[in-house]
Amino acid sequence: MATVSLKKLTKRYGNIGIVHGIDLDIADREFIALVGPSGCGKSTTLRMIAGLEEISAGSIEIGGRIVNDLPPRSRNISMVFQSYALYPHMTVRENLGFSLKIAGAAKEDMERRVAEASAILGLDTLLDRRPSQLSGGQRQRVAMGRAIVRDPDVFLFDEPLSNLDAKLRTQMRTEIKKLHAKVQSTVIYVTHDQVEAMTLADRIVIMRDGHIEQVGTPDEVFRRPATRFVAGFIGSPPMNLHEATVDDGQLVFASGEKLPLPAQFKANVATGDKVVFGLRPDDIYPTGHGISSGGAADVHQIDLPITVTEPLGNETLVFVEFNGTDWVSRMLNPRPLRSGERVAMSLDLSQAHLFAAETGKTLRS
Amino acid sequence: MDENSSARLKRRLLGVVHRIGLFLAMLTICLPGLWIVLSSLRPTVEIMAKPPVWIPQEISFDAYIAMFSGIGKGGIPVIEYFRNSLIISVTSTIIAVAIGMAGGYAFARYRFRGKSSVFLGLMLTRTVPGIALSLPLFFLYVRLGIIDTHFGLILAYVALNVPFTIWLIDGFFRQVPKDLAEAAQIDGCTRWQAFWQVEFPLAGPGIASAAIFAFLTCWNEFALASQLTRSVSAKTLPVGLLDYTAEFTIDWRGMCALAVVMIIPALTLTYIVQKHLVGGLTSGAVKG
Repeated sequence: MATVSLKKLTKRYGNIGIVHGIDLDIADREFIALVGPSGCGKSTTLRMIAGLEEISAGSIEIGGRIVNDLPPRSRNISMVFQSYALYPHMTVRENLGFSLKIAGAAKEDMERRVAEASAILGLDTLLDRRPSQLSGGQRQRVAMGRAIVRDPDVFLFDEPLSNLDAKLRTQMRTEIKKLHAKVQSTVIYVTHDQVEAMTLADRIVIMRDGHIEQVGTPDEVFRRPATRFVAGFIGSPPMNLHEATVDDGQLVFASGEKLPLPAQFKANVATGDKVVFGLRPDDIYPTGHGISSGGAADVHQIDLPITVTEPLGNETLVFVEFNGTDWVSRMLNPRPLRSGERVAMSLDLSQAHLFAAETGKTLRS
Repeated sequence: MDENSSARLKRRLLGVVHRIGLFLAMLTICLPGLWIVLSSLRPTVEIMAKPPVWIPQEISFDAYIAMFSGIGKGGIPVIEYFRNSLIISVTSTIIAVAIGMAGGYAFARYRFRGKSSVFLGLMLTRTVPGIALSLPLFFLYVRLGIIDTHFGLILAYVALNVPFTIWLIDGFFRQVPKDLAEAAQIDGCTRWQAFWQVEFPLAGPGIASAAIFAFLTCWNEFALASQLTRSVSAKTLPVGLLDYTAEFTIDWRGMCALAVVMIIPALTLTYIVQKHLVGGLTSGAVKG
């Protein structure tokens, strides 16, 4: 088990920068998720930690040891690939035991560790099959088993679930979480799926264009996003974001519609400031059909026309028109609504977010 | 008759037509081979007869017996030719496949400057007909003193085959996902081990087919061999066929018999190896 520390880690291909000097400290046994849109440098970062990409500048420490120039095999890591990368000419047993064979482990030791890993992942009955005879979920489990057998300091996961269908993905997500609880090792998990990141990780690292936007617990990045990008990226459906101008204690939107300036930001903005106003779908709901997480301290009422509704059973996503576009709101204990109907909406402004329009940084003090 | 049964009938009829077509095509392909075998077993009179005699009237193994009877009794040094052919073909195939593996792997896995031009250049060498090179090669070999040697012919064949093996093996390595070698490196392999443990076994069938092609090219090559070899110590089987031509006569029967002797090992080898040319060995490695 080990800590991982990235210092000014940089990756360039020629003149094109992919990762721009990121710093990150990962504690022992921590589950860290790297999230971000495609091309944000998260996979490159993971591959640099694995030793599959050379680093252009900076350093990587695993367990206090600088590993910058060490080949992958000397870093005591294991990695689960998006494509599974199982050896097709070997049986499941041989796949699991491959690393031990290469290390020259004794036969009994090899058999014991393969048995342990296959017991954890429920692969016992599949040991003599070849990867081509397995389903997607089974292949994924073999890939994880291969990682466990090595008993590594750090597990690296590169979008391991993105090839699975939605149902299996949810199931495997739970298995990964259980696995982490069992093996208790440091995990670095790359995904573009914020739900995976939120559900699995102790801390989430949100990356964009080769920079780290925010590092925090799932709760922190959800409740206190540091930037407009994080606010829009984390949460499903995404946060409603609208540009506005501050005018004498009010937010004036492009359409001329106005909302009161949320009290928590009053000290940090002045008249004339360009800001981005954000409100999560949970914090805007047809009156009487939601819960104010802010204890109804600062609830604003407004009548808005409904454009579309998306019933999900226990809740309905209601799209209402505001400032010329749709706002998503979450309606609990739904009642039937018609398109075009004007309904009274409650906006919990104590939960609102404001970001500087220019820098995208939060205006929360 | 309802729609379904007429559709079924149509499908069956199409199947029959399909099979007849295939049979005719196969017949056309196999006929020359069959004709060679038949001609090696029948007297010259029958071979030269017009109109052709389709069904042999008498069959004898005289040509084969004569072939091995030694000089003066209608024989030719077939054992020596066979040995030469084998040494030259096997050696040049091994070398061409070794270079092809190294080159093909490099083209499939690495990025380097001038990659596509080098690749194109290699392919362009294939556009030059071998026979066009025979005269310059002849002079060169005479000067170097490697004319009429195994080494000389092996060298020429390696040069002839390398572009082809590189091209073929490159394609097979491209089919092996890069992730597998990376996974192997994480599992503790060096790059070299990852190649031999994972990538080589998976590209194996492709490498085997490249080897067969290279071997058959060498085994059957005539144009260059006829110019670059002249004595019993270096002549290959295809060149040996010329021993059956005299100033005014051609012993067609003997020639056909030698051709059969040439074909048998090539056919046997192809038959043995083709069982291992299973495609899709990489299935199950990655998603899809």
